[in-house]
Amino acid sequence: MKTDSTQDDLAPAAYDEPVDRLEYDFGLNRRSFMQWLGAGLLIVVSPAPTLAQERGRQRDNNQPRTVAARLHLGKDGSITVLTGKVDCGQGGRAELTQAAAEELRVASDAVQLIMADTSLVPNDGITAGSRSTPSTVPLIRQAAAAARELLIDFAVKQWSVERNTIDVRDGKAVHTASKRSVSYADLARNEEAAKGLEQNIPSDIAVTPVKDWKTLGTSAPRPNRRDIVTGAHKYPSDIVRPGMLYGKVLRPPSFGAKLTALDPAPAKAMKDVVVIRDEQFVGVAAPTTLQAEQALAALAKTAQWERPPHPSSKELYAHLKQHTEGGVPSNPFAEELTKAKKALRQSYHVAYAQHAPLEPRAAVAEWKDDKLTVWTATQNPFGCRNELMRAFHLSEDNTRVVVPDFGAGFGGKHSGECGIEAARLARGASRPVCLRWTREEEFTWAYFRPAAVIEVEAGLDEQGAVSSWHFLNINSGNSGVETPYRLENKRSRSVNSAPPLRHGSYRALASTANNFARESFMDELAAAAGADPLEFRLAQLDHPRLRAVLETAAQRFDWKNRVKKKSPTVGVGLACGTEKGSYVAACVEIVVDRKENRIVVRHVCEVFECGAILNPANLRLQVEGAIIMGLGPALREEVRFEDGEILTDSFRSYQVPRFADVPELDIHCLNRTDLAPAGAGETPIIAIAPAIGNALFHATGIRVRTMPIRLPAA
Amino acid sequence: MDTTITFTVNGKSRTVTTDPQRPLLDVLREDLQLTGTKYGCGDGQCRACTVLMNGKSVPACLTPVSDAARQTILTIEGLANGDKLHPVQEAFLAESAFQCGYCTSGLIMGAVGLLNENSAPTRDEILARMQRHLCRCCSYPNILRAVQRAAQSGRRAV
Repeated sequence: MKTDSTQDDLAPAAYDEPVDRLEYDFGLNRRSFMQWLGAGLLIVVSPAPTLAQERGRQRDNNQPRTVAARLHLGKDGSITVLTGKVDCGQGGRAELTQAAAEELRVASDAVQLIMADTSLVPNDGITAGSRSTPSTVPLIRQAAAAARELLIDFAVKQWSVERNTIDVRDGKAVHTASKRSVSYADLARNEEAAKGLEQNIPSDIAVTPVKDWKTLGTSAPRPNRRDIVTGAHKYPSDIVRPGMLYGKVLRPPSFGAKLTALDPAPAKAMKDVVVIRDEQFVGVAAPTTLQAEQALAALAKTAQWERPPHPSSKELYAHLKQHTEGGVPSNPFAEELTKAKKALRQSYHVAYAQHAPLEPRAAVAEWKDDKLTVWTATQNPFGCRNELMRAFHLSEDNTRVVVPDFGAGFGGKHSGECGIEAARLARGASRPVCLRWTREEEFTWAYFRPAAVIEVEAGLDEQGAVSSWHFLNINSGNSGVETPYRLENKRSRSVNSAPPLRHGSYRALASTANNFARESFMDELAAAAGADPLEFRLAQLDHPRLRAVLETAAQRFDWKNRVKKKSPTVGVGLACGTEKGSYVAACVEIVVDRKENRIVVRHVCEVFECGAILNPANLRLQVEGAIIMGLGPALREEVRFEDGEILTDSFRSYQVPRFADVPELDIHCLNRTDLAPAGAGETPIIAIAPAIGNALFHATGIRVRTMPIRLPAA
Repeated sequence: MDTTITFTVNGKSRTVTTDPQRPLLDVLREDLQLTGTKYGCGDGQCRACTVLMNGKSVPACLTPVSDAARQTILTIEGLANGDKLHPVQEAFLAESAFQCGYCTSGLIMGAVGLLNENSAPTRDEILARMQRHLCRCCSYPNILRAVQRAAQSGRRAV
């Protein structure tokens, strides 16, 4: 029987989730293409002579080939590693530092990691899609291993000894017999030897096998942790430049509203206030945030708008279905379905969610002549630079984006709009401008996790196995759309719609929605077949890694006994899934609180596997964080809107998880040291919602097919 | 109308002449360059802006600077004693109680405020007080352990 998908479909793909960008074009005159003198201007740790040139050549090359483009050895013994990745809380800084330290045979604190300054670092692409671990960790390891081999070459040449008599430890190549040693600083100081750093990294460079790891595989803490607990770390919101003003942007009263009239005079008359208008873009800059807010309020009073109609969240799912691109495709297995012993068809709905990182979008922009520098929070530093170049018609050399470690993203900061707005304000004010979005702006004008309508249809044969499977995601995307089960006659796909809100990535992308629908529907099929949800899945699951997490979770949770206990107020449920090369299974216990008409998640047992573990403590934080964060959209978080306005624009109306929501957690990470490490920041979130829905069904017999999962009104 | 306000911040007397309606948060960040105190919502819902006023935790985003006149303010920058971290800071490091860390200064100040009032809080008392703080990375289990650890180290020190 022909199938549309195979096990290979489960392999992780390159990151390609679309994000709706705000394409600003400020129509300024095309700027001169003055070369930015020596990109080494900010590296003060005696840069290798070729660093600047290499960067010039390789700036947009995803894979810098020379050691020097990735790693700089200072004559003072300093070691600087360069990466285009950012850290917004998922531990990239610690893990990438560990990767370099491991191969260089130095302590982690001997390595300084410069992240995400587009004038200094190679373009490692967007920090998303759990790609830092499988893509950037190996690149850094290879460069560091090449530097280590150069140190050995240097020692061999100096002492005329055999290579295999040299040992590298604590940053030195040591010849034990003669008690001689040379350091990385010695290498950097030797002009001839340092030339080796300009060479390409050998394609066959060997990295340290897992069994020999000393730094990788350990719970190295975040390098800048002390600055976090003392308040010394400068987040993008905290950057201060000389003469800096605070900016505000006039937002439309509703989506798509056009400004038809505005009197800037009252705002302009306010002391020290600058008003900036560029067609539909209107903003202010002032010496304090309060002054900027007051000027903005004065502008808003005079503004007149033309408001187009906009659908409301009440009609969201009908709207998405009606606007399916090319119409809702039909089930290619309609005929198989007629022959099935039982046929099931259901629609699942997933609401819009907002990322709500604790640090709202923030940027500081500074122009010097025609050169623009923007400090901002973005997961896509080079993408943000490109957006700035397009908006202001700038050359690459005149556009620099610096991304300090920032206050979370969750896939919500892939775009550069705040930096562009700050740059437009700074241009108009002729001063550096800091623009910090308010929480309300972040809830309204940041892009959303897409809403979805998911339609699933399947048949069961005489033996109670799935005989055909058609799975259709309307609007929210392709991630996790494939079923991991061994099914005959399967077709899984996603189609676009005309979404009413600006949407883009979110932690784990669409796989949260797709896993919610698939794992809920698998439970429905199990019930129809009269089978236990665990047995039903295992009977149709070949994938060994997914089986391993599911079986381990069921065992740790004592599924077989707990599922037999029937209570109208206590239920258990499970779900599993794979995404981005990692595997997850969750068993949960919920309590149905009839008095408050709500679901309380009491116990979560989650087993996760992402190959060889790079940093156990950080991995645990990611898994715990993803589970607890996932409780929000699973139970409560839903963006509501009407007449083009977001109704859920504060933490009062949009309630994210807090301390009281934390269940008893049993988290277990399988360490597959025989497999390459995969990223872990996303997949742990995908099993929690369907497991809760299934537990609710177990307790009450009520099947809720909408996320957030709420009890029907009593 | 600007007013001149004098208050003690991190042990030093500070004077600002400004609009008295400005939130204490803005004055700390914009006038005194104490950016360790964070804006998260401006609405008292996340408490990333928590500072101590006369030893009690308050949300700086909802506190007009005029309320701070003649009062004693402690921010995250003033918590350590030179290079020696406060036990709550030490506990947050020991328990890796953060991911992005944006909520951390508010949480630490909130925990210090709690321990000022109650040097031996139970787990439930910690949870009840910390419920007002948000950590979007959801490092809640580690944060709870950090506050418990700090409470214990405080008891040992007594």
